[in-house]
Amino acid sequence: MKIVVASGKGGTGKTSVAVNLALSVEAEQYLDCDVEEPNAHIFLKPGHKRQQPVELLVPIIDEKKCTYCRKCAEFCQYNALFVVGETAMVFNELCHSCGGCKLVCPEGAITEEPRQIAMAVPVIAAVKEQAVDEGLIILDAAPGSACPLVETVHGTDFCLMVTEPTPFGLHDLEVATEVVEQLSVPMGVVVNFAGIGDRGVYEFCERKGIPILMEIPYDRRIAELYSRGVPFTAEMTEWRARFTELLATVETMVK
Amino acid sequence: MKQVTILSGKGGTGKTSVAGSFAALADQPILADCDVDASNLHLILNPDVKETMAFKGLNLAEIDPEKCTKCGLCEKLCRFNAIHDYEVDPIHCEGCKVCVVNCPVEAINFNDRVCGHAYLSETKYGLMSHARLIPGMENSGKLVSLVRQNAVKLAEEAGRELILVDGPPGIGCPVIASLSNVDAAVAVVEPTLSGIHDLKRLLQLLEHFEIIPSVIVNKYDLNSNNTASIRVFCEENEIPILGMIPFDENVTKAMVQAEPVVVYSPDSPASLALKEAWIKFSSFLDL
Repeated sequence: MKIVVASGKGGTGKTSVAVNLALSVEAEQYLDCDVEEPNAHIFLKPGHKRQQPVELLVPIIDEKKCTYCRKCAEFCQYNALFVVGETAMVFNELCHSCGGCKLVCPEGAITEEPRQIAMAVPVIAAVKEQAVDEGLIILDAAPGSACPLVETVHGTDFCLMVTEPTPFGLHDLEVATEVVEQLSVPMGVVVNFAGIGDRGVYEFCERKGIPILMEIPYDRRIAELYSRGVPFTAEMTEWRARFTELLATVETMVK
Repeated sequence: MKQVTILSGKGGTGKTSVAGSFAALADQPILADCDVDASNLHLILNPDVKETMAFKGLNLAEIDPEKCTKCGLCEKLCRFNAIHDYEVDPIHCEGCKVCVVNCPVEAINFNDRVCGHAYLSETKYGLMSHARLIPGMENSGKLVSLVRQNAVKLAEEAGRELILVDGPPGIGCPVIASLSNVDAAVAVVEPTLSGIHDLKRLLQLLEHFEIIPSVIVNKYDLNSNNTASIRVFCEENEIPILGMIPFDENVTKAMVQAEPVVVYSPDSPASLALKEAWIKFSSFLDL
């Protein structure tokens, strides 16, 4: 079973919930899909075993064959090719690796080579490819409601949406739940920092029929443990049973 | 005209609360909310929208079932795994056009795709450029660039000298778009190990793009060891710390009242620290 821990707004406690859930229920695997600002390793302290580059195919233009006809540049929807006069250039950072330029080149002047890329979605896909076949997998998503959330949630079994009970938390919860609904993945909410703010998040969840599966109070001790990179269930052990219960509820919702 | 982006790497460290308070402290700045997929600045500045424009992202391929001969070539050519059973999955289609131009019977249309909306608004504190990405759409930074362009236009038309940009979290495409041609950046950090980790990655990005960095420490009293190590790190790297903001319940209370904290409770500890930060910020920018 794959459970994504997500949130629209950043800093609401995604990684904290994901890490403490994974430790409490002894999850099989943890996939940190927040590839821009990954933090789970600060809490889980993994032994660094293996590193592999994420590569995409990018075009290489053979200027001996190129007639500067501009067909590739005109075709590219991402403006990754630039042809002017007798110069043809590729901007790798804009390339989406669709392979179209190679197909449209009438001279056969374009080949492709793998290059390391700086784009979130393919890196998230590469992280997800590491998923084991069995057992519980926890995926830690990036904040927001754009393509990285789609890529992370797609094909998973459940989404735990972490939010804070404030107007900012509510607004970003609304947009993020819209994405998860489109993907038809069942979801539940964890209200973190409960006690601050207002009732907006609770009213929204009730109106939308999204169950609130856990409330974590605003507690200075939790915040201090977090600041030191300590999962709070390591010291506040009574919470482990609550995370185990949370998983049991999620399991009934997935079936 | 000067442009400054407020960002953080890690989400939820108080970017928008700082931006909202600076908006109220500045003299009629232009405000640009570039966190287009989880925008919050409008929640405390209450903009009155004057103009809305549709934002078109990458096109979307669509197979006409009447013309399709089910040859399967499009599915074979698609690198985004977006075509199954002679249908395009709009979630995965990246609008590359490969299927469109290679279909032997021209059965694939290439349609415009509205990915969000950009807004030009008035607020109590200044004119505002902001946007909303339709949830789930790709955020390649193009909508962020549009928000930036609109902000510059507003500034030029109204003759304003300062654009305050509320940036998105992370270090990817939207963040890079929020940083192009700015005069300086302010990184808001909380004294947690995660916050420091993400701050360092963000500062590397700023260095790469040769943008002048500065730092504001939010909730500095949460962990004094971490705050001390941020200080040391900033000193070693000659990065100015513009402010130290204490944890203060008034920040959340102000948010609930839909106001910048410096307006809601001007004498609260956070507000006093923000006003001090604003003074340092002004002289840092030579405003």
